[in-house]
Amino acid sequence: MTEVLVSTDWVAQHAGDANVRVVEVDVDTTAYDQGHVPGAAGWNWTTELCDTLVRDIVPRQKLEVLLGKAGIDNNTTIILYGDNNNWFAAWAFWQLKIYGHQDVRIMNGGRKKWIAETRELSTEKPSFPVKTYTAKAADNSLRAFLPEVQQAVASKSHALVDVRSPQEFTGEILAPPGLPETCQRGGHIPGAKSIPWAKACNEDGTFKSVDELTSLYSAQGITGEKPVIAYCRIGERSSHTWFVLKYLLGFKDVQNYDGSWTEWGNLVGAAVEKP
Amino acid sequence: MKPEDYSRRQIELSGWPISIESYKLGDVYHCTIYNVEPGARFARADGSTKAEAERAALEKATRYLQQTRRFPISS
Repeated sequence: MTEVLVSTDWVAQHAGDANVRVVEVDVDTTAYDQGHVPGAAGWNWTTELCDTLVRDIVPRQKLEVLLGKAGIDNNTTIILYGDNNNWFAAWAFWQLKIYGHQDVRIMNGGRKKWIAETRELSTEKPSFPVKTYTAKAADNSLRAFLPEVQQAVASKSHALVDVRSPQEFTGEILAPPGLPETCQRGGHIPGAKSIPWAKACNEDGTFKSVDELTSLYSAQGITGEKPVIAYCRIGERSSHTWFVLKYLLGFKDVQNYDGSWTEWGNLVGAAVEKP
Repeated sequence: MKPEDYSRRQIELSGWPISIESYKLGDVYHCTIYNVEPGARFARADGSTKAEAERAALEKATRYLQQTRRFPISS
């Protein structure tokens, strides 16, 4: 398995390497303008990492253009980082793997750690020589769609991991405090285990050790023996957990259900479990 | 440029635990508010002083948090 995590030290030393492109992807799309790793590109998840007409991941051709404009070709080492302990960096990682990019990594600790270490920040938007990128056909085995989730619930064939906060899991709140409510019902998908994404992180934003992560998930019966589907509200926090299970723990069959609670919690007639 | 005067602390606001992160970059103070659970940034503001940036960010955060409803958890 390719190394998938790099440290802030590594980025400080290699951000300018010819074959490396650092990219910031934030929940708050204005964060990049408040200072970013010098030389880093900035991607807006609400416009550049999705289909803006249909609810879907970024279309293949759109991704090819986005990568090419960032000076990325198929052989570039892409280093992703962002706010909220890399939520949307993981979202971008997941999509890049769906489209077959070989060498993509996450900066451990993300924006939080970089700033806490008072490392260099730039407010300049760099420009890059445009390159040609050819994406592979989407590998949808990394993604769960509604019918698969419904089938998984009915047959109990998969382990379902709800990575939202405990209050979202129980239905006490419909969205994280301070964010808009985007569903009609609260609760969780029947049979799902509550393992909030943040339990996989240390206080400084870095990922916990493999031993700690193994204990965390196995305590809830998530061992990798059964296929796993992770979900949250819109699929970004669950891509963080997807990354942990697939790339840090090496589970073979892990899918991110990006429809997540904003799909399930709005379905007429869908079964909901509370608390 | 390097960020200066970096700080991060937790308080309770409108009944919710939040984190306040501030730093100065150049002449501008940036302040960002996160909910503690699940850890999402949901309000931010800039200012010429730390107090000004934090006051503005906290005003926005208060407004957003007051819109968060709690529901009974029994089915």
